[in-house]
Amino acid sequence: MKNFQIIKALSSSSAVTGKAKDNSSMFIAGGTNLVDLMKKNIVAPDKLVDINGLDLKKIEFLKGKVSIGALAKNSQVAEDVSIKEKYPLLALALAAGASQQIRHMATVGGNMLQKTRCSYYYNTDMPCNKRVPKSGCGAIGGSNRMAAVFGTSDSCIAVHPSDMCVALAALDAKVLVEGPKGKREIDFTDFHRLPGNTPEKDNTLDSRELITAVEIPDNNFTKNVHYLKVRDRTSYAFALVSVAAALDIKDNTINDVRLAMGGVAHKPWRLTETEKFLKGKTISEDLFKQAGHLSMKGAKGFGDNNFKLTLGENAVAEALTIAASK
Amino acid sequence: MASKKTNQDKVTPEDASSRRDFIKKSGLFTALALTPPSLVMASDKKWDEKIAEYLETVPLSIEVNGTKHNLNIEPRTTLLDLLREQLQLTGTKKGCDHGQCGACTVHVNGTRILSCLSLATMQQNAQVTTIEGLSKGKKLHPMQEAFIKHDGFQCGYCTPGQIMSGIACIKEGHANSREEISEYMSGNICRCGAYHNIVDAITEVKEGGKEI
Ligand SMILES: Cc1cc2nc3c(=O)[nH]c(=O)nc-3n(C[C@H](O)[C@H](O)[C@H](O)COP(=O)(O)OP(=O)(O)OC[C@H]3O[C@@H](n4cnc5c(N)ncnc54)[C@H](O)[C@@H]3O)c2cc1C
Ligand code: SF4
Ligand code: FES
Ligand code: FES
Repeated sequence: MKNFQIIKALSSSSAVTGKAKDNSSMFIAGGTNLVDLMKKNIVAPDKLVDINGLDLKKIEFLKGKVSIGALAKNSQVAEDVSIKEKYPLLALALAAGASQQIRHMATVGGNMLQKTRCSYYYNTDMPCNKRVPKSGCGAIGGSNRMAAVFGTSDSCIAVHPSDMCVALAALDAKVLVEGPKGKREIDFTDFHRLPGNTPEKDNTLDSRELITAVEIPDNNFTKNVHYLKVRDRTSYAFALVSVAAALDIKDNTINDVRLAMGGVAHKPWRLTETEKFLKGKTISEDLFKQAGHLSMKGAKGFGDNNFKLTLGENAVAEALTIAASK
Repeated sequence: MASKKTNQDKVTPEDASSRRDFIKKSGLFTALALTPPSLVMASDKKWDEKIAEYLETVPLSIEVNGTKHNLNIEPRTTLLDLLREQLQLTGTKKGCDHGQCGACTVHVNGTRILSCLSLATMQQNAQVTTIEGLSKGKKLHPMQEAFIKHDGFQCGYCTPGQIMSGIACIKEGHANSREEISEYMSGNICRCGAYHNIVDAITEVKEGGKEI
């Protein structure tokens, strides 16, 4: 790891100004992604702005919504009694990510900005447009078992690896940010972006902006929810495919529904078509099968990851079935 | 990889010139945050290599297993390297060095974390407990005894991290069934596969109800 300077910011505004003054500086929260990437020389900032001194750790239950500070730890949110009760889908998704040691360090803001786990991105001997723009993509035509099946481009087929973000996309969350030009809100589904021909950009955040909080509006998804994570081992592995399913059921009829997938695209993949299809229908095994089928419409495999097309269908049907049976 | 250099080390000419460049590039803002104003002035005037060197290390106060240390470290030093290389506490193991195996698990302010992904400079005034800090004199910690009794290790390499996690697992309230223990121990990978015996050991300590 290259040496660097580190400063501790004491307010959001000083964190933002501190970073804005120097292009090669980066914020550091838990460090679980950044330190790893710095050790591998994939990123090499001259300066780190440590934001852990900021007052952004609180989970606040406000009128009509919850506000979760960007520095709240993943384990803190996953185990918060009221989060479990009012937003159980989020708690389930968080608990499915990484290990408890990592969740104790990982923050909500950092989780959203974690980099892809595409193995070519991690291997500095291989081409990767995300790591070095215009150097090529090792995964297209290479080993691409983990790769995306939706929204891919000729320049990148990587997936966003977060579990938490899949639940946040499903739950209509908003991201609150603060930058040199002031504060703004971003809809969660607009936060991450598709690769297009600039895969080096993971999201729509300006590099000088600080995430301060995530807000989730209140909802009725407190019982029939499930986060299904399909992976190569039982625990502590990134998703091959994951599904966040939330149902609001009355008398066997689907009153309202939210669905999103992970491990299939450059961003958490909200399934709005399937949601429309399910709304107002009576629950049945066949309905969930059809929902699975509809969800993977338009998906395209790249060889090693072709299995995700069938796996995705089954995973959506399974997640809905488990959610409905709770 | 973090270097072991401390501010007692000799400065080579290459180091010195790269330091000069580094200081030229670095803004007043950062320098102010790290050093007293007199040193900032000195560095602006490029007075002395010693001052340059000071700017590259940061002071750190940290308590490890009850002992306070006041150190000067490079910002890039991880907590794991600080423990093993500067404080000679080699009980905490370096496995993958990238957050994947759990061998480096320690408790910071009572919470288990991975020391390989923690920058030591971010642990200002923290209380760290490592495997060396568990026993009371010659008396082993109940979890250490349980690991021995249940043959919870083979080569022993992953064991310090497993024990630190095992204790945390109970304290966090995540040791209520074998399944839950396995899930909450999944961040600790054992190459020798002593998993079954590890779960036995944790179950016994949990059910024994001793203070841990
Ligand atoms: C072995 C391993 C397994 C893992 N498994 C999973 C998994 O299964 N599922 C999953 O979802 N995740 C997984 N993770 C990823 C982990 O959840 C993330 O590394 C973590 O959430 C990042 O949070 P952090 O606070 O440590 O971020 P950092 O590493 O501190 O920062 C990450 C990035 O975010 C930026 N940043 C941080 N906070 C802010 C902010 N408030 N505003 C603006 N920028 C900010 C930093 O500059 C940096 O670029 C795993 C990680 C490891 C090491
Ligand atoms: S898929 Fe994206 S991240 Fe992976 S090698 Fe190609 S460009 Fe890089
Ligand atoms: S050495 Fe830290 S997790 Fe492997
Ligand atoms: S005992 Fe050998 S790695 Fe676990």
